Amino acid sequence: MGMTEAILLTIATAATPLLIAALGELVVERSGVLNLGVEGMMIMGAVGGFAAASLTGNPWIGILIAILFGAITSLAFAFLTLSLAANQVATGLALTILGLGLSGLIGEPFVGQAGIKLSNISIPVLTDLPLVGPLLFGQDPIFYMSIALVIGVAWFLFRTRFGLTLRSIGDNHISAHALGIPVLRYRYFAVMFGGACAGLAGGHLSLVYTPQWVENMSAGRGWIALALVVFASWRPARVLAGAYLFGAVSIGQLHAQALGVGVPSQLLTALPYIATIVVLVLISQNVRTTLINTPAMLGRAFVPER
Amino acid sequence: MTYLSPIIGLALALIAGAIMFSFLGKPPLGALYAYFIEPVSEMWSVHELLIKAAPLILMGAGLCVCYQSNNWNIGAEGQMIMGGMAGSILPVLFPQIAGPFVLPAMLIMGVIGGMAYAGIPALLKTKFKTNEILTSLMLVYIAQLILDWTVRGPWRNPHGLNFPETRQFDAFARLPEMIPADGRANFGFVIAVVVALLIWVLMAKTMKGFQVKVIGASPRAAKFAGFDAKNMVFFAFLLAGATAGLAGIVEVAGASGQLRTTISPGYGFTAIIVAFLGRLNPIGAIVAGLVLALTFLGGEAAQISLGVSDKVARVFQGLILFFVLACDTLILYRIRFVASKIIPKGAA
Amino acid sequence: MRKLLIGIAGIAAMTLGMASAAVAADKTKVCFVYVGSKTDGGWTQAHDIGRMELQAHFGDKVETAFIENVAEGPQATAVIERFARAKCDLIFTTSFGFMDPTLEVAAKFPDVKFEHATGYKSADNVTSYNSRFYEGRYIQGQIAAKVSEKGVAGYIASFPIPEVVQGINAFTLGAQSVNPDFKLKVVWVNTWFDAGKEADAAKALIDQGVDILTQHTDSTGPMQVAAEHGVKAFGQASDMIAAGPETQLTAIIDTWGAYYIKRTQAVMDGTWATQSTWDGLVDGILQMAPYTNMPDDVKSMAAATEAAIISGELHPFTGPVTKQDGSAWLTDGEVAEDGVLLGLNFYVAGVDDQLPQ
Repeated sequence: MGMTEAILLTIATAATPLLIAALGELVVERSGVLNLGVEGMMIMGAVGGFAAASLTGNPWIGILIAILFGAITSLAFAFLTLSLAANQVATGLALTILGLGLSGLIGEPFVGQAGIKLSNISIPVLTDLPLVGPLLFGQDPIFYMSIALVIGVAWFLFRTRFGLTLRSIGDNHISAHALGIPVLRYRYFAVMFGGACAGLAGGHLSLVYTPQWVENMSAGRGWIALALVVFASWRPARVLAGAYLFGAVSIGQLHAQALGVGVPSQLLTALPYIATIVVLVLISQNVRTTLINTPAMLGRAFVPER
Repeated sequence: MTYLSPIIGLALALIAGAIMFSFLGKPPLGALYAYFIEPVSEMWSVHELLIKAAPLILMGAGLCVCYQSNNWNIGAEGQMIMGGMAGSILPVLFPQIAGPFVLPAMLIMGVIGGMAYAGIPALLKTKFKTNEILTSLMLVYIAQLILDWTVRGPWRNPHGLNFPETRQFDAFARLPEMIPADGRANFGFVIAVVVALLIWVLMAKTMKGFQVKVIGASPRAAKFAGFDAKNMVFFAFLLAGATAGLAGIVEVAGASGQLRTTISPGYGFTAIIVAFLGRLNPIGAIVAGLVLALTFLGGEAAQISLGVSDKVARVFQGLILFFVLACDTLILYRIRFVASKIIPKGAA
Repeated sequence: MRKLLIGIAGIAAMTLGMASAAVAADKTKVCFVYVGSKTDGGWTQAHDIGRMELQAHFGDKVETAFIENVAEGPQATAVIERFARAKCDLIFTTSFGFMDPTLEVAAKFPDVKFEHATGYKSADNVTSYNSRFYEGRYIQGQIAAKVSEKGVAGYIASFPIPEVVQGINAFTLGAQSVNPDFKLKVVWVNTWFDAGKEADAAKALIDQGVDILTQHTDSTGPMQVAAEHGVKAFGQASDMIAAGPETQLTAIIDTWGAYYIKRTQAVMDGTWATQSTWDGLVDGILQMAPYTNMPDDVKSMAAATEAAIISGELHPFTGPVTKQDGSAWLTDGEVAEDGVLLGLNFYVAGVDDQLPQ
């Protein structure tokens, strides 16, 4: 395997959890709900996945539990913001505090245990092809799930009736309600899908990226995922591009350091954030497409008439 | 109901906390005592409470204006850092300049630093329609790295064995303590309360405050009334940036007395919760700031007296927030009842 | 509602008050302030293991307490003061950023003894203590130069403070004592603890052609990556052999327990006095994990170097040493002074990086 493939593989690994969590949040936000608790759900997924894999010895059960943990955590958010119409921004932040604490508590017995890694897929002949082989046919299973999710989410949102309904709720929940659409039920599902994705992203962290459990191991990736959704102006394909761009800049700066370029490492570390702002400014120049894609009801509570 | 619901929420959180502590094998009443009473049972600890509450109140009050006008500034943390840095220019780079005017100058420069940094997302929002949630958040990370580089590099204390901190500020560049005999609290808390009250007056009694509310509640109505929405973006961001910058320099010139690679352990993010717990009312932010500061101190006290881990403290803090937010629903139904009378049909 | 709460609190206060009064009397209370989580697998965990050894050694005679995840800077002052008021006899503050808060509180509580790790200030009731981690780094450098086929090692570094710079320089000098042309690539990750980011840095370094990894960050992320890519690596702060059974060559293990026991004993005997401790391999404050995954001749070389350092025969910073910019630092046979090492802010020749200034 040459250096280019190696670097591309590293970028893919770094981008995958961001991509998955961002896709989940995209669906949540398309339904008009803003859940800032991605970090909390992700870390719950990471601890649940690691604990289950460690207890059963099977990383696939770990992945399943990671998804479940993320979804259950998101249910707390859904109950508060949807059924009780609590403030979404504050509840999301509270969810992150709760998730970071609770995961630390659950994970205490698992600290320092050797991890179990979900192994990469290997197809004879195909995986050995130069360049494309390891990239297309030799990655970890979650990578393929992330790509499938991009296509699946795009198809669901723009090619199915349910997707259309979900988007219309995000654009105007009052009209949707007037049309007899069960607004809260849709939003519950959307929020739980977002939670499941964040949980899966967390499972990727503790079972693929760095197979171990340590407190706070999500290290701010949930926030990056949130930023990616806005960055992508709520389009699945652009989330893909954004996640890989972010991954490429993060990995690129490490390589620049290893090559010994004499630039302050803080500047290099800041590059992905600066790049995100710059690209966002460029994209939002095109005002019309941004406005069309922005869910108008984002962050607003819906209280049905009784 | 507006004032009762957070108390009900807190009471429910106490019950849930008591159950959690007894599950962990700790005396529930002792735990609650350590959490809520111990930190305020001694004078020095009350002072620590005021120190922690000051930046939360300042930024919480500033963010109230932002959120009421629909400007989603979640980058107060970065604005606080920049305020702390800008305010430190005089004592770090020009320590030979001495006199009673230094401290006021530092505070003003801190305010300017916070405003300038908050101006970036405001400018991007008005000029390019760039989403401010993202830009203000990204700018937090960038501010942290700028601070890190500056303190490790050009501003490092030349006599500090190359450790990453600036020189200690001289006495005239420090915010004086209120009652040194009792504890460490400085005048930062007084500043915070005064600023919060001023913002309350602004919001409740002036035309500008009225504009903020109208633009937040109904951008279209505001347009008809001839209120300039772009102007409001700048107003809200710069005001919040000013309070965050002030909080930064108050923290640096107060409790810290020197610039280090971190100024705040996440006060800027906690302030977002403060603003919402305070119902986007600056006076509410004063109460909420004190309550949240109490949960931080209580978490430390519980670790000592009960030996519970830091994670339990954080879970309990999360629980409190959850219950208080959940009890908002009690108010909501009243608001909705009134609101449905005012809003004419089809106006949504 | 309020009255009820106050009533409950009052009862709790009374019962608690009685309970704590009963135990306090004859035990020595030793308290710890941690910068991270006690289960971080690295720095703070090493201190917590030391605390548990202390507890086990004295049993009923001591009572220990700790607070985790304390932010550096002014927030730490409140925590340290709370300990001082909670009748702690001896308080260990275990991160550099706690230095000034420790001194501030110590001035108010002259009867309480304080010990601050990795700083340089002391007072009548404040001792500073530190470990000469660089001694272990020198041994690692020698091993790296023997085991590496390419003659290039990768160093994952946290923050450019003297302690980390000492380590990078000692590693380089150790390697050059075996292979004068040995090169070192450095990547700064600007964090002490982010397994993902450390792993990414490890991958980047491997892709850039290094075949030995060492780290001055605390997670086992790099060790796992090294294991996957079949390159060798060194552990940090704790024995990381579990993360790389066929990968770890050795590790620097921080062993604070003996020091904590010694100082607590001094408090019990009334012989505690302030001092400035900078202990090394000889005092057992740091230990080398078993030398594994290397040929026997390398093992014996490493063991010999370790013995030479312990006996005082060998000091890693002994001249001739040239600075990175080509100017002379240490003349032949000259040993670096502790004062210079404590504030070290330049590289020696052979480091392929520019030190962030």
